[in-house]
Amino acid sequence: MSAELHRALPEPNHARRFTAIWLVATIIATPLVILLLGPILPPGNGSGQASGHVTDNTVLLAMATPVLLLVVIYLLYAVIVFRQPKGGVLEGPAVRGDARIQTAWIVITSLLVLSLAAYGTIRLLADNGAGSGSGPKPLTVPKGPKLQVQVIAQQWAFTYRYPGYGGVETTHLVLPDNQMVELHVTSLDVIHSFWAYQLGVKADANPGVDNVVFVKPTKAQTFEVRCAELCGIWHGYMFDHGHVVPPGDFETWIRQQEANFAPATKVLPPYSTTYSPEPTRRAE
Amino acid sequence: MSQSGRKVLGVGAAVALLGVLIGLYVAEWATSLPTPVAAVSAPASSGGTQLTLETVAAAGPKYSRSHPDWVSYLVRKDGKWLRSTIYTVPANSIVDVTIYQYDGDSGLRNPFLSQVQGTVGGTETVDGKRVNAINPEEASHTFVVPQLGVFVPLPGVAEEAKSQCEFAPCEGAAHRTISFSFKTGKKGRYRWQCFVPCAAGFIDGFGGPMQTMGYMDGFIDVV
Repeated sequence: MSAELHRALPEPNHARRFTAIWLVATIIATPLVILLLGPILPPGNGSGQASGHVTDNTVLLAMATPVLLLVVIYLLYAVIVFRQPKGGVLEGPAVRGDARIQTAWIVITSLLVLSLAAYGTIRLLADNGAGSGSGPKPLTVPKGPKLQVQVIAQQWAFTYRYPGYGGVETTHLVLPDNQMVELHVTSLDVIHSFWAYQLGVKADANPGVDNVVFVKPTKAQTFEVRCAELCGIWHGYMFDHGHVVPPGDFETWIRQQEANFAPATKVLPPYSTTYSPEPTRRAE
Repeated sequence: MSQSGRKVLGVGAAVALLGVLIGLYVAEWATSLPTPVAAVSAPASSGGTQLTLETVAAAGPKYSRSHPDWVSYLVRKDGKWLRSTIYTVPANSIVDVTIYQYDGDSGLRNPFLSQVQGTVGGTETVDGKRVNAINPEEASHTFVVPQLGVFVPLPGVAEEAKSQCEFAPCEGAAHRTISFSFKTGKKGRYRWQCFVPCAAGFIDGFGGPMQTMGYMDGFIDVV
């Protein structure tokens, strides 16, 4: 097409055409994203909190889809429709600003960000921290009975203490199914981070800090425990598998632990939300 | 080529050479591991293999020219002591371990680790006496393979003991003799470590030999 012919053709209403294309793509793609991608988003449904994360990730993805389509379709539209005609060198008209576009841009992006902030705040409060570390005094606490378990990080292993069972300490984490658990995460040395992936739990383990997390496992399962904070030479090896078992099996297991670790339990300090062990005698 | 072009080429070549040298240094540092030492066959009656180790308060110049004052494990191979922390043992077998402990006590930060776990019978033998736990205040080091569930606390030499060893070699000096057996599982590489922050001269005892392969950390290669 020559430059002259290009100029002669009537200019379509690009804004209306682009908006129509974008709207159709959004109406088709967003439900597909929610229905097809939503169910397979991490971290799965190992706990009420993990299921909440899947919902949140789906909401984020659904809100991001129109934005992504806007950018991609605009790019493609510009490349195809505003392509430089062969043989012609055309200068586009100078753009001096458009108050309507600028206003719409600011209003829409502000609404998106503020609505996400409100959504996130409500979700955190409604789900008692949503599986994240809420510090020593969580803003919201779930009602009803809770199993207290202390997560003790040290270079380079997690150990677990059950204050409701004589303060016994164990090398593995076992939790009962369908019971609210109150995890108290702390560290004996440097900063670690307790990450129980399939349960949707992640909480920093800081020395001298009691970081409380609430989680309610929803099914018997094996889950991964990892340290999520670079903490030294064996950080990468600081992992284990935890287990969620039926309540009866948990009772049997914890009684066995009480018997097995009776010698160690005798010399443990009284249960406390934090510990400040003395530096070993040779350290400076 | 113009003078400025030659300059650019020269600087570019120098930067590239420097980058390669830095990369080689980092690669060498990151991959330089101690020489693996294989456990030797134990007496036929035990049916397992024997691993003989010692812990010393300082490796000494004979075993570590770069860090002679670092606390360390040593391993015996062919009657000689070597500083290596990679041990090769057979899969699905019993490994008999003897540790000559020449270091003083430090105390455990987590007293839970004062109980023996994962050994045959859930015990260790300290100077001929079978125990299932030690006083956490008397711990000098631990030999722990978390993935195999093996936790063995090692009591230290008493402060008042005569002929204390300052640095390796320590033969003839005051020591504790600890022995235990553990069962290996499937093939794989398992890390082991000391859980007592025993690095003298570092903040809370956590640095240096606690964070460096070849001293208080290593691998058990199950083959």
